[in-house]
Amino acid sequence: MDKFVRLQGLVAPLDRANVDTDAIIPKQFLKSIKRSGFGPNLFDAWRYLDVGEPGMDNSKRSLNPDFVLNQPRYQGAQILLARKNFGCGSSREHAPWALLDFGFRAVLAESYADIFFNNCFKNGVLPIVLPAAELDELFAQVAATPGYKLTIDLERQLVLRPDGKALPFAVDGFRKECLVNGWDDIGLTLRHAEKIRAYEDKRRAEQPWLFA
Amino acid sequence: MPQTLYEKLWQSHVVHEEADGTALIYIDRHLVHEVTSPQAFEGLKLAGRKPWRVSSIVATADHNTPTNFWERGIEDPISRLQVETLDANIKEVGALAYFAFRDPRQGIVHVIGPESGATLPGMTVVCGDSHTSTHGAFGCLAIGIGTSEVEHVLATQCLLQKRSKTMLVRVEGPLGKGVTAKDIALAVIARIGTAGGTGSAIEFGGSTIRALSMEGRMTLCNMAIEAGARMGFVAVDDITINYLKGRPFAPKAELWDAAMASWRTLKSDEGASFDRVVELRAADIQPQVTWGTSPEMVVAIGGRVPDPAAEKDASRREGMERALKYMGLAANTPIKDIAVDKIFIGSCTNSRIEDLRAAAKVVKGRKVAGNIKLALVVPGSGLIKRQAESEGLDKIFVAAGFEWREPGCSMCLAMNADRLEAGERCASTSNRNFEGRQGAGGRTHLVSPEMAAAAALAGHFSDVRDLL
Repeated sequence: MDKFVRLQGLVAPLDRANVDTDAIIPKQFLKSIKRSGFGPNLFDAWRYLDVGEPGMDNSKRSLNPDFVLNQPRYQGAQILLARKNFGCGSSREHAPWALLDFGFRAVLAESYADIFFNNCFKNGVLPIVLPAAELDELFAQVAATPGYKLTIDLERQLVLRPDGKALPFAVDGFRKECLVNGWDDIGLTLRHAEKIRAYEDKRRAEQPWLFA
Repeated sequence: MPQTLYEKLWQSHVVHEEADGTALIYIDRHLVHEVTSPQAFEGLKLAGRKPWRVSSIVATADHNTPTNFWERGIEDPISRLQVETLDANIKEVGALAYFAFRDPRQGIVHVIGPESGATLPGMTVVCGDSHTSTHGAFGCLAIGIGTSEVEHVLATQCLLQKRSKTMLVRVEGPLGKGVTAKDIALAVIARIGTAGGTGSAIEFGGSTIRALSMEGRMTLCNMAIEAGARMGFVAVDDITINYLKGRPFAPKAELWDAAMASWRTLKSDEGASFDRVVELRAADIQPQVTWGTSPEMVVAIGGRVPDPAAEKDASRREGMERALKYMGLAANTPIKDIAVDKIFIGSCTNSRIEDLRAAAKVVKGRKVAGNIKLALVVPGSGLIKRQAESEGLDKIFVAAGFEWREPGCSMCLAMNADRLEAGERCASTSNRNFEGRQGAGGRTHLVSPEMAAAAALAGHFSDVRDLL
């Protein structure tokens, strides 16, 4: 996993609540057995005018001019501005894989569905929770300012606006440490292998039917 | 101090805790399917790691598998590769059980776990699938996880989790005729919203829940994820224990007695306190029909499509307007006036024997309406299919004009050939009415199996209570 320490990036707005993971990456693309290559199909049903299928040459498909990510001013965006309950629905990790593959490293929203939230951290995508009022201001500033960029400072847990205002955000200490260092959490967990084994032995003795 | 069931289950599984409260919890059962596992097995192999405890794994192929013409195999080459990849991975690493494509016991992962007794009370159960919450019906901590977490559980037998908030959803009183666990689930979501359970573990309790069968409890816990909850569960009682007795992976003889004694403790203590309590009266719950593109967009069968103009919150109003446009519906339309094109009875929410019996009871001796292009019944597993056939349910459905299919996830998410075409409207017993969920441009209305059967007969939504 790539480290996440500080990011300055172009912001793209997606002003709707309850964006589900079926919308982020539709099911037909879940047939892939790879972790990469999902970026061209991020928000596929909203982004293109036709129905996407795996194996299509996406560069030849007609883009939906009304979809915000297709606007020239948001090309190269790395920060997605969203609303509440972002990433609800299916557990598909293909959703953060698609966001990452497209170029997004961070999402700012009022709230997230739990599984999506976890999946982001496992892939070096930082999901930041901000209050609705601060998001409203950010949506307004993005709309008013072509080329609008934000800086995310994970060490200090701040989103820095171009006008100098700093928006603090919370993040679990353990997750922050993993992101800042780019750690593989399986490796971290396996440091506790003896503890896991001891727990398992005790449990096997107490509730043997679980180990049949 | 009195403990909630969540606290008991959590404490009994903590292996290690970090300073910020992030804990390693031990995983007893790992359910695996073809869509969310290939990258996990690959990651494991690339890192040179081995699965920690192969006997915790129960696997099946369900999402991509066709529901007809099984003799032809899987015709879509991309789907076939994904299923063959699971075949190869399980062959290489092993499992307690693998119910492969065309195995007589194959089926939807959340159906076969309980059915085979692989899901037991007091367990932690994970699967790379959000509807893992289903298994909470057995008094389990059942958690849907992503693929990185699948790899983490394969490698370490543990999951990194923070303690959830606790929520009690208490439903009291007898359910009305024709009102089901599905309607309770949708009524709960209508009350708390699709993000109402975020960060929470929901315990379903009260006399209504105690009276539900295991099938009904599974339907309810299955939909906990649609309320945004991390998990949903029900305390263990005689109904739980009677369901499990004699199942292939359930304990036998003296182990059964020991297990049963332990399972009897799996309930919240008298006086245990929850972070939030939500109360519903069963008598207030009517058969539900969703009208929009989120499970919280739901009304009773006697109602009308709501009018966004009456919504004061701008963000909600825009969401409603977008949903009505997608669904091709006008505000204030009576729900009973909405005609449907297709019927889907199936999915991990409503494909169990009790669901099929209930739908067949409505359908018996009647005919599917002429405007219905396709009415599908997709049993949750091969065993359910054969059970239903032994009871003659297949004949009832076929005589009425339904197609009787092989088990799988099918048109719940339309990864196989079963799907809606753009603009088609479906009465579906599945769990999600998101845009495009059942096929690009398809329009999904979530209902109970009884209500799907009633819609099939009428050609539009109708109140199943008039047929009972």
